[in-house]
Amino acid sequence: MINLRVLAASAAVLSLTLSFVSEAAANGEVNVYTYRETKLIQPLFDAFSKDTGIKVNVVSASSGLEQRMKAEGANSPADVLLTVDIGRIDEAVQAGVTQPIKSEAVDKVVPAQYRDPDGQWAGISMRARVIYASKDRVKQDKITYEELADPKWKGKICIRSGQHIYNNALFAAYTAKYGEAKAEEWLRGVKANLAQKPSGGDREAARDVAAGKCDIGIGNTYYWALMMNNDPDKKPWAEATRVILPTFEGGGTHVNLSGVLLAKHAPNKANGIKLIEWLVSEQAQQMYADQNYEYPVRAGVAINSTIAGYGKLGPDPLPIAKIAANRKAAASLVDKVGFDN
Amino acid sequence: MAIATAILVAAPVLSIVSLALQPAGDVWHDLINYVLPAALLDTALLLAGVGALTLLIGAGTAWVMSRHDFPGRGMLLWLMPLPLAIPTYLAAYVYADLFEPLGLMHRTLAIWLPLGDALGHLPNVRSLPGAIFVIGLVLYPYVYLAARATFQVQSAEFAEAAKTLGAGRWTIFWRVSLPMARPALAVGVALVALETLNDIGASEYLGIRTLTVSIFTTWLNRGSLAGAAQLACLMLAIVAGLIAMERYGRRNANIAFSAESPHVRQRTPLSGARAWIAFAVCALPVLIGFVVPLSYLAHQALGRGLLTNFDPLLWRHTFHSFAFAALATLLALMLALATTIAHRFRPDPLRYLAMSVAQTGYALPGLVIALGLLTPVLAVDNAMSVVAAWIGRSQPGLILVGSGMAVVIAYTIRFLAVPVGMIKAGFDSIPRDYDESARTVGAGQAVMLRQIYLPLLRPAMLGAVIVMFVDCLKELPATLLLRPLNVETLSTSIYQFASRGNFEDGALAALLIVAASIGPVAWLTRFSDVPSGPA
Repeated sequence: MINLRVLAASAAVLSLTLSFVSEAAANGEVNVYTYRETKLIQPLFDAFSKDTGIKVNVVSASSGLEQRMKAEGANSPADVLLTVDIGRIDEAVQAGVTQPIKSEAVDKVVPAQYRDPDGQWAGISMRARVIYASKDRVKQDKITYEELADPKWKGKICIRSGQHIYNNALFAAYTAKYGEAKAEEWLRGVKANLAQKPSGGDREAARDVAAGKCDIGIGNTYYWALMMNNDPDKKPWAEATRVILPTFEGGGTHVNLSGVLLAKHAPNKANGIKLIEWLVSEQAQQMYADQNYEYPVRAGVAINSTIAGYGKLGPDPLPIAKIAANRKAAASLVDKVGFDN
Repeated sequence: MAIATAILVAAPVLSIVSLALQPAGDVWHDLINYVLPAALLDTALLLAGVGALTLLIGAGTAWVMSRHDFPGRGMLLWLMPLPLAIPTYLAAYVYADLFEPLGLMHRTLAIWLPLGDALGHLPNVRSLPGAIFVIGLVLYPYVYLAARATFQVQSAEFAEAAKTLGAGRWTIFWRVSLPMARPALAVGVALVALETLNDIGASEYLGIRTLTVSIFTTWLNRGSLAGAAQLACLMLAIVAGLIAMERYGRRNANIAFSAESPHVRQRTPLSGARAWIAFAVCALPVLIGFVVPLSYLAHQALGRGLLTNFDPLLWRHTFHSFAFAALATLLALMLALATTIAHRFRPDPLRYLAMSVAQTGYALPGLVIALGLLTPVLAVDNAMSVVAAWIGRSQPGLILVGSGMAVVIAYTIRFLAVPVGMIKAGFDSIPRDYDESARTVGAGQAVMLRQIYLPLLRPAMLGAVIVMFVDCLKELPATLLLRPLNVETLSTSIYQFASRGNFEDGALAALLIVAASIGPVAWLTRFSDVPSGPA
């Protein structure tokens, strides 16, 4: 015999359990929205909590966080947004969900070119977009981004979707340097050289080189190190390739930042700033370098040996803001040339 | 209550429409020129391909199973629907893993062939045919179950009449059984089409840029909610078109079953090679759609030591999954009872309309519901916090989103059609004479409900609860957008792993979803076999 009252009562009880699951933030907490993999970032949060006694609550997603903050409006629980790319940083600023980070400590530690002049964001680690070249089939040690459109690479390049933010930033940098018409021509050239439809992620680019599908793959610096050191299954993918730091013809390797932003309506603003300051501390920067295989933004922190093995990084001097300004144009060009089709 | 339910279901659609009325800036130039043609073509081809494949597999196996007896049939009866327990996105991850370069198939082939040559012999799963194959093989049970139900009750008279006219077995199948089953097949294929359209995980992962994927990227990459809403409206128009087509296809298909106990046909016993072929035909889809993905997940979970180093977080994800699903199922059950009971006691056009509207959620992709809910849910949240501040409470933050109720509301709206449909069918099978007799002895509505309806509706309710619960466990797009801080469900945690290229680490969570779904799916099959001859 089903009793409606029993049903209603059990629904009420369940609702209560749910509300206990997500206790509203009390003192001593900080709420983080993050695009970084939880696995990579959790050790940092744990260390922060140990240091400060502040509890870190996390929502991790692979897309849509700034849109969600926008929808949440003044009641958004977010204090801090961690992003993986200048594109995401720019999206958040454009969406109007941030406020200036007023912190002398951050201004002192993070070099000016790696933070927003208005303080809307700060870079906390750096990565470069590089070439995973086949050990057997690629003889040259130097390569330029321009060269990727050269017909000599026909059918030999593997890359993930052109709309992915990592590629979007690289293409935006190219657009910023050469203008839209030139960038379109270059993209058509690269597209013509692809061994297959863009798919998968950066790790798969190395895998497809290892499998003989292509000769060069394009990926970020830390993925290669992660495969080499942390993932026995994928170690053979890294072992079949070597990392070449490519440059633009004018010199400089395309770098990108993972960044941190302070939410406009941060309910725990003080703790949010504490977390941001802690992320650029010596300890945290060393963790970024050693555990996540990234280039630290703080001077005097040692680069991990695997990453150092790629050679000396000379970052492209193009201002980050220029990249951000050309993102939409680059995305539009990718659609226009049918890069992903 | 019935009207309120209809309003609840209609809310996200109205919200989407109002969002779509805002200017979307300059996104449409790009969308029309570069995105939409490919997206519409991909979507159309995917729907047509998956529809055709599920029709072929579903109708074929259903006919073999309901008209023949062969060794192993009893076991297959349980196995055939099980691919429903595998979410489409999981099937995509597994088959991509298996057939990717350096995956299991490639390494196996490389035993005989050089690595590069072996690659040439692999089918590309990340392609439209690949997506059709993967999605079709987990969705065919919708068609299979619908087809089997009708093949079983089709009256034997027609077939016997055809036989006396000298028709062979195949002729009877093509000219009699199949046309008579058309309405049921249409319903099955329509469900498959809706599921396919709703999918985002599988198509995105396999590099198919369907309309759903385009809505997602328009919103997220171009930051244009209005543009995404306009695309969503376009998609809703397509869904409406599909439903209209399905209705139109059924318009004169009211084939009269002789109500006098249709004497069910005896199944033809098969032996020798024919029995083997029958077995193989039915076993193959189960193998591809269920056994392979399940084995691969188990292999990954064991191989990666996910069991020995059990991640305690998984318990939390499981708890969240179950709590959201259970709550939504209860809510939906109550709303479904309210609307169907209202319609039973006072069957006027308004209540009929309310009941129909309550069922539209199933046709709305989860992503569209989530987008549509964002605005109203957060408006309620913000209003509540204003009230709370006014009565002097400290800031409670966002109550609906913060507590996960937003996810529950989305599930309720999306899957309400399941309990409404099943309970309505249950009501339809209770003759109106009962109501009359009850009234003559002066029984009020409450008594009728308690003494007559609810006991008779129990199987329908149980079935609805089970199907809906599993649907909620598998749901991805709405969960992804509306979940609160610190909350992952099983499905979102798998998606997180997969979108970062480490799907294998989510193998155990995937197994949990599948395991939770197997029981309910198997339970469903209990009711689908009409006893006849030696079963």
